[in-house]
Amino acid sequence: MLELRNISRRLGEFSLTDVNLRLAAGEYFVLLGPSGVGKTVLLEIVAGLMRPDSGRIVWQDVDITDAPPEARGFAVVYQDYALFPHMSVARNIAYGPLAQGLGRREAASSTREIAEQVDIADLLGRRPPSLSGGEQQRVALARALATRPRALLLDEPLCSVDANLRARLRKELKRIHNDSGTTFLHVTHDTDEALYLADRVGVMLGGTVRQVGASEELFRRPSDPDVAAFLGMRNILPVTFVRPGVCSAQGVEVHAVAADEGTSFIWIRPEEVLLSRQAFDSSARNQFRCEVREWEYVGSLLAVHVASEELGLTALITHESFKTLRVQAGAELYCTFKSSAVHCF
Amino acid sequence: MSVDQVRRHGRGSPWFGLIMALLGSCVLLLIVAPLLGLVLSSSSPEILGALRDEEVTASIRLTLAAALAAAAAGTLTGVPLAYVLARRRFPGRSALLAVIDLPIIIPHSAAGIALLTLIGRRSILGSAFGSFVGTFQGIAVAMAFVSMPFLVNAARAGFEAVPERLEKAARTLGASPARVFFTISVPMAWRDILSGVILMWARGISEFGAVVIIAYHPMTTPVLVFERFNDYGLAYARSAAVVLILICVTIFAVLRFVARTRRGEAARGA
Repeated sequence: MLELRNISRRLGEFSLTDVNLRLAAGEYFVLLGPSGVGKTVLLEIVAGLMRPDSGRIVWQDVDITDAPPEARGFAVVYQDYALFPHMSVARNIAYGPLAQGLGRREAASSTREIAEQVDIADLLGRRPPSLSGGEQQRVALARALATRPRALLLDEPLCSVDANLRARLRKELKRIHNDSGTTFLHVTHDTDEALYLADRVGVMLGGTVRQVGASEELFRRPSDPDVAAFLGMRNILPVTFVRPGVCSAQGVEVHAVAADEGTSFIWIRPEEVLLSRQAFDSSARNQFRCEVREWEYVGSLLAVHVASEELGLTALITHESFKTLRVQAGAELYCTFKSSAVHCF
Repeated sequence: MSVDQVRRHGRGSPWFGLIMALLGSCVLLLIVAPLLGLVLSSSSPEILGALRDEEVTASIRLTLAAALAAAAAGTLTGVPLAYVLARRRFPGRSALLAVIDLPIIIPHSAAGIALLTLIGRRSILGSAFGSFVGTFQGIAVAMAFVSMPFLVNAARAGFEAVPERLEKAARTLGASPARVFFTISVPMAWRDILSGVILMWARGISEFGAVVIIAYHPMTTPVLVFERFNDYGLAYARSAAVVLILICVTIFAVLRFVARTRRGEAARGA
């Protein structure tokens, strides 16, 4: 198990403050955050390529903060793959085992084994500059896995390839993780990538890890509005507590099953917001008269922004509903959502 | 802008290119004309005679060997220095870079005098190990002094061109800093290091000013050319000069060719 305890590091413009993480053996952990929050720096600190100003890195209860990178066993896979251009693919993969003191014959046999596993056996004689992006990625993974690392550290490995290839490489990455049983620590700014790959996701904002959890959990219970906004969630509203089950958003009383004294924000999934031309009786506790402000396309759906007095909400509806409701700016509608659809945090 | 003006701009003024070419030719002429003139004005019997002249061949052997020794010692000490300068940022680094370039700007006769204070008869090293004055070692030291910057600067540029990520990746794969240096940094920078060694050797061979102060005897070829010119005149100095020039040009051409073909292979990834 890999543990980061209160890691801090200042570096020019930005800084890491008090980063805490625990990675379970064999899990695929994705550190998600916008560009320039120090994700790469954090990886290099874990790898031992950079020293933290303070904090400890612990592997299986052993403090390795002062160990040099070659003694740690965390292989880094860089965004540009950093293959050695002056060596064949085979020698690239054998580099780690040889550096670890394996004999030539053992290194060669482990190279073949890994190459089979990652499906690059036919590339062993080639030189990295002649490989495609996908092939380079597999070689980089094979080279890292050949060292039998305690954990693999991946720095935006899918960021420098085009969208088509990215989808394929993502799948590949997941398969390789499953087959290898190695712990993966992957940093990225791409939410979809994180959701697809991760067993657990850590959201990194402003130089620190704000929230850690399984991907569904992040969307179900974001720890704060910044995290929610970064995840692309709409309808996050600051509220004040009124009484259990009720809070006030911009002066409008909203029924929320989960509302308690600690509630300071609510989130309503735009899919859960119903729009109608007439008010109607239902089990939904929240219904407001509202006015359409504007709308936009979101994939094949439409996001309609409405306002009830000061309270602004977004509803996600189909094109068909959009026509039936005759949505236009200034149109008077009703918006409805259940008290249990309101997430409090 | 009128159509006519556009046309004229599109074609560009012929004068600019012409003037550039003319000025450039002056430079080439300055370099090539004297060398070519010297070589062409010497007859082949004259050159063959020089090659049979024991004094000339001895000086050539001495010059090549001393410059090679200087370049070898320079490689051993200068390449690690170049690596440190390329990779580490530390206080006083830019001052150190300036110090390394000092031999280029100091007049070489003055450099020779300065060296005497280090390795001369009454110097500390001189009294401890015996004087270097008039010895092979003394000549090599003088050559190394004036040619060191070429090696260090070339090797530093070579190391700087190696992406640091490759070295970092190698460390995380389990390689010690020394292993990274020998398996990643040096193999990737070797062409620049080799050009540095060539330059240093060639510069050592051609050194006169510093060498003549440390050692008039045994005579390196540049000193021999000077002595013959002084004592017997142009005609007598010419053959030795031609031989020296031919040797330098040959070494330079061969090694440049080697460095370039390897570079082509690497670029093709063959």
